[in-house]
Amino acid sequence: MSAARGTALLQVRNLRISFGSLAAVRGADLTIYRGETHCVVGESGCGKSVTALAVMGLLARNAVREADRLVFDGQDLLRLSESQLSRLRGDRMAMIFQEPMTSLNPAYTVGSQMAEVYRRHRGGSRAEALDRAEDLLAKCRVTSPRLRLGQYPHQLSGGLRQRVMIAMALMCDPELLVADEPTTALDVTVQAQILRLLMDLQRDLGLALMLITHDLGVVARMAHRVSVMYAGEVVESAPAEHLFGNPTHPYTRGLLACVPVPGKVRRDQPLGAIPGVVPRIGPRFEGCAFRDRCGQARPDCARTVAWQANGEHGYRCVLPPDWTGPASLAA
Amino acid sequence: MSAPAIELRGLTRHFRVKTGLFGEVRHVVAVDGVSFAVPAGGVLGVVGESGCGKSTLARVILGLLPPTSGDVLVDGQRLSTLDRRARARLIQPVFQDPFSSLNPRRRIRDIVALPLVAQGGIAEAEIRRRVDEGLERVGLDPTMGERLPAQLSGGQRQRVAIARALELRPRIVICDEPTSALDVSVQAQILNLLAELRRDLGLTYLFISHNLAVVEHVATEVAVMYLGRIVERRPTEALFAAPEHPYTKALLASVLTPEPGLGIPDVGLGDLMPDPANIPPGCRFHPRCPAALDRCRTEPPQPRTGRGIEVECHLATV
Ligand SMILES: Nc1ncnc2c1ncn2[C@@H]1O[C@H](COP(=O)(O)OP(=O)(O)OP(=O)(O)O)[C@@H](O)[C@H]1O
Ligand SMILES: Nc1ncnc2c1ncn2[C@@H]1O[C@H](COP(=O)(O)OP(=O)(O)OP(=O)(O)O)[C@@H](O)[C@H]1O
Ligand code: SF4
Ligand code: SF4
Ligand SMILES: [Mg+2]
Ligand SMILES: [Mg+2]
Repeated sequence: MSAARGTALLQVRNLRISFGSLAAVRGADLTIYRGETHCVVGESGCGKSVTALAVMGLLARNAVREADRLVFDGQDLLRLSESQLSRLRGDRMAMIFQEPMTSLNPAYTVGSQMAEVYRRHRGGSRAEALDRAEDLLAKCRVTSPRLRLGQYPHQLSGGLRQRVMIAMALMCDPELLVADEPTTALDVTVQAQILRLLMDLQRDLGLALMLITHDLGVVARMAHRVSVMYAGEVVESAPAEHLFGNPTHPYTRGLLACVPVPGKVRRDQPLGAIPGVVPRIGPRFEGCAFRDRCGQARPDCARTVAWQANGEHGYRCVLPPDWTGPASLAA
Repeated sequence: MSAPAIELRGLTRHFRVKTGLFGEVRHVVAVDGVSFAVPAGGVLGVVGESGCGKSTLARVILGLLPPTSGDVLVDGQRLSTLDRRARARLIQPVFQDPFSSLNPRRRIRDIVALPLVAQGGIAEAEIRRRVDEGLERVGLDPTMGERLPAQLSGGQRQRVAIARALELRPRIVICDEPTSALDVSVQAQILNLLAELRRDLGLTYLFISHNLAVVEHVATEVAVMYLGRIVERRPTEALFAAPEHPYTKALLASVLTPEPGLGIPDVGLGDLMPDPANIPPGCRFHPRCPAALDRCRTEPPQPRTGRGIEVECHLATV
């Protein structure tokens, strides 16, 4: 898939998020273009969800958010009031949450929840809103859409519930759709169906899709562009073909070696692994957070490491782009 | 020839579940007539969708649930003739969730010692020595034994669960999604550890996972389960190279390898979800099967076997 060129819809510069003494995100940069799927990948706890929540203005109360820039289509999100933000949310930018029941209320039918979102932003009659909901359910390939409008979330299978959430997020024609692990809880066959749907919608509606996942298979198949996060930082960002064809940050290389690929992995050989664990990062942490697991670490890795960019491919590491050797420490 | 490590004969397990306001009783057929044998030292991978009966199968084989009908033989002995302690010496589990399978209030050392203590009659110093040895075997420093589960990472906790499972030197380990809750980098560590232990200790595994790439990496043979039945079983290479059952084909087509540009495959299964309380007549896969024939709606296919392969489909060429 070649990278679709569009204008930047969302720009995040030097985003920092902390929870008390925990520095969850430490200076993340992210640019999401119109008409492009941008995947954010990384291990559990690296800050993917809180980055998305920070963009949507939905962080928990105990979070402290700072950034140099947080701009959506020319509007400075850092300066918007809560009511201005909530007018954008669900309208021009929408989110599908990691936990499905966060966005679906068990007490209301699918129809009334979808209609509510629409009427809050666009007004109009309930009947109009329900017609639109039915259209979108059909577009999201929900079987018997009229019938579904009258059902409660718990009456739907996991795959259907996910389709309903996607349809609901599309009610107001958003320009940016943030999907946080939308298929992680689903079976592989259902996952493939939902991802195909997201891919088609992204293309047909020209959405900017920010897709969060920890599954490199999903990333490879869906992304125009990929950002790899580690311990609260974006450590590498590149068009998908570059990232998979020419991974540069040792963490990215190590991660790719961990994934068993059917037909390509020898059973008599161990998988690549990254020994050790992600460190907990306090407020005054300095240097590369991967250094205690990195096979290439050297003394200057303990100082602030600069971002190196080569065209559209950038990474945060002291090594040259063509380094060779083990990515992680031996087990 | 020695007896298979695990042998199932027509194993069936039903559940009666009360639902709704009116106490309507649903009859769930979780495992429906499963037969297979796993040779000593082999690894049988079991794959299939959520709710197809994988964990129920595991729990019946472990003796944690009695079968509705059929038999489980472990190391040539009927499971029902063995008492708990004898069972524990033969067969042990490793479950999915390292977060909930360890008692949060007990030290790691006591958690790993539990199977030894339950056997009775083992001196404390001996238990101590064997726990230290067990922790080292799974790559943990014995000083970790003093910690509580909350002070360990997910991967470390799964190592603890494996150490506990191996304390009695069982012949067979039932792994139910042992790496599903872990990140890929940690998953790889645990898979490598399981492979190493199997080689060193001559273990037999039943390895349940919904991740086909993982199963391909660890299993010598793969069984594909659908609505309580094994619909296809064959040696791993053969299954991945030439799947025959339409459901196996759909599963394999759904695997997303990290190869950019290939897009998302159309697996062609439609939106109907299987319901184990309402098993379709004929072939149980027919409502979703892209290859279904007329007779599939009424006539259940019989398992066909040959050359170590088993397929349950009217179209099978075995
Ligand atoms: N409300 C909160 N209070 C305190 N800490 C939090 C809160 N929300 C998130 N964190 C912490 O912030 C860090 C980043 O969390 P985040 O949810 O973004 O991770 P993630 O990358 O989405 O992981 P996963 O893949 O598990 O979803 C974690 O260490 C997490 O424990
Ligand atoms: N104790 C129980 N009581 C009633 N029904 C049960 C019980 N255990 C399992 N079931 C039902 O039996 C069927 C098979 O469940 P099982 O847990 O074996 O599936 P599974 O293949 O392990 O699924 P998953 O991949 O989600 O773990 C499901 O419909 C489940 O709801
Ligand atoms: S070489 Fe240094 S900067 Fe690069 S990943 Fe390793 S520790 Fe980090
Ligand atoms: S028996 Fe018929 S419905 Fe069943 S899997 Fe084979 S072709 Fe499909
Ligand atoms: Mg998350
Ligand atoms: Mg299960």
